[in-house]
Amino acid sequence: MIRYTVKRLLLGAVALFTVAILTFFLMFLVPGGPFLSEKTPTKATLAALEKKYGLDQPVIVQFKNYIINAVQGDFGPSMKQRGRNVKDIIGERFPVSAKLGGISVLLSLALGIPLGCIAALKRGKWTDNTILVVTTIGIAVPSFVTSIVLMYILGLKLGWLPTFGIEKVSGYVMPVMALSFYPTAYITRLMRSSMLDVLGQDYMRTAKAKGLSPALCLFKHALRNAIGPIVTYLGPALAFTLTGSFVVENIFTIPGLGNSFVSSITNRDYTMIMGTTIFLAALLIFFNIISDIANKLIDQRIQLN
Amino acid sequence: MGMLSKHRPFSMHLKVDDFLPANEREKESLVVMRESVGFWRDGFRRLTKNPVAMISFVILIIVLVFAFIIPSFYPYSYEWQIRGSENLSPMQYSKAEQQQIADGEKVFPHVLGTDNLGRDYAIRIMVGARISLTVGTVAAGLILIVGSLYGSISGYFGGWVDMVMMRIVDIIYTVPDILIIVLLSVTLKYPLKSLADSVPSFSWINTVGVGLICIFIVFTLLYWVGMARLIRGQVLQLKETEYVTAARALGAGHRRIIFKHLLKNSIGLLIITTTLQIPSSIFTESVLSFLGMGVAAPLPSLGSLAKAGLDGLQSYPHRLFVPAGLIALIILAFNLFGDGLRDAFDPKLKN
Repeated sequence: MIRYTVKRLLLGAVALFTVAILTFFLMFLVPGGPFLSEKTPTKATLAALEKKYGLDQPVIVQFKNYIINAVQGDFGPSMKQRGRNVKDIIGERFPVSAKLGGISVLLSLALGIPLGCIAALKRGKWTDNTILVVTTIGIAVPSFVTSIVLMYILGLKLGWLPTFGIEKVSGYVMPVMALSFYPTAYITRLMRSSMLDVLGQDYMRTAKAKGLSPALCLFKHALRNAIGPIVTYLGPALAFTLTGSFVVENIFTIPGLGNSFVSSITNRDYTMIMGTTIFLAALLIFFNIISDIANKLIDQRIQLN
Repeated sequence: MGMLSKHRPFSMHLKVDDFLPANEREKESLVVMRESVGFWRDGFRRLTKNPVAMISFVILIIVLVFAFIIPSFYPYSYEWQIRGSENLSPMQYSKAEQQQIADGEKVFPHVLGTDNLGRDYAIRIMVGARISLTVGTVAAGLILIVGSLYGSISGYFGGWVDMVMMRIVDIIYTVPDILIIVLLSVTLKYPLKSLADSVPSFSWINTVGVGLICIFIVFTLLYWVGMARLIRGQVLQLKETEYVTAARALGAGHRRIIFKHLLKNSIGLLIITTTLQIPSSIFTESVLSFLGMGVAAPLPSLGSLAKAGLDGLQSYPHRLFVPAGLIALIILAFNLFGDGLRDAFDPKLKN
């Protein structure tokens, strides 16, 4: 177990370092520095600015400094939002996205697990078929389509919910629905197939033969054994909701990290892009590792190699 | 042979008739009644019996016809701005066009109206669908090439080659893909553009479009790992089979074994994975275009059309719902068709 954990952490660290290298050097491919967009500054000002942000040093030195600072959680000052640090912007914007993503993942778990169980227990009946059709659609439809349809019907036509912002609690409803549609569909499908697998096992027959009540059979024997794939999917689900927020936050104008990432790309705010990418990558890699380890802990049958 | 006599069931006496050469009629009866059914025919028979897969297939064919054939003789072009025909509703004519009709000229109706620059919306949708389908299929094809080669080499050679190659796959697998895709599609545009402008032999990049090339590169760089893992698993199994040993004993080279034996025998898996890769590439491309990082204007993509439609949602909802619905339909049809292919050609993969 420890060996596995160490191996996963090392692999994660290498992956994160790869992301850092990629982000850093890709930024050099972009012509037209960050100070060129507005009125062109004089050569002297430009030199002073470059000195201030350390852009006059050789690339390797810049990279070294960047990595050393990034490890300490300092991503430098934002190049577009004057006088603010990337760290502070992330600190301000991320909780919004995290809240949105967290609620969405919880909702999709709360819906997906029971729905998957029901579909497995009613296999081949109309309930199962309905659930299958809805989840197939859920997996195929991009979140921006879901957001748009929700916004049009609930926001514009019926006027029940606000179409932008999250000042009111009701503002959360549509973004959360849009973000959780895909993970809910995915979890339902995972749960269904894993449940079907478990229901066919010998120990389920034994449990039934012992005279256990169906509820006890389901909760104590089936659910526990079938939950593994869901735990593994938690990491990717979180990744989906956090990166899905790029689109959803954009549509519903929510001041989260996804929205600011998209605008930092259009503004060519280098430090902001790099900082957000590395921050999100670290977070996602970490959650992937956690969910894999959690799955191994739950299910001791899985070979650790 | 050996029908024993009823009267003496335990007799060892043999009938001489049984040892005569078979006559024509007896030979006939040995011929297998049914024609032998090959891999492809068997799969296609199962596929055609699957109504969901067949409906999806028909939908895809219709979309393909609209995307690639109809635009070539459609009376409007996707970048043609008609003065005075801005923001028309579906089937509506502008004043000038009404005048033309009154004069007895024939004017082709704007089936889906026009956009804010007076461009016929139906043709923009068709060209947008063409872009989406091209992105999906070309990206899936590139992924197929890279992934299957990488996976089969890794699985075939095994040992430290396999270990190193799979560690690389593990690392790429751990990297959050959408972040890197966004990053790459933003940054790669500039060097590609300058490459196309400065080096004459790369000027074809401009004709295809920098944005499109960029998306192909990005998808190929990141999405081949899933394919590589699947193929490696398959190759690990296949390389232990007798026919590979036989091929090796006959002196076949590595290249021949990989292409003729290992990859050819994983053809089912390759087809299914590639088909299911197409919708996921379309999905990602539409999200990128929606965020304004995909194909560049004036070339429409379904994602960028949806984005443009979002601004006029109140007054022109169809401008949003047609592209958005079409993306969903294409992805759904590909998914269902891919599932059908899987059930037909590789039932083991189900689940």
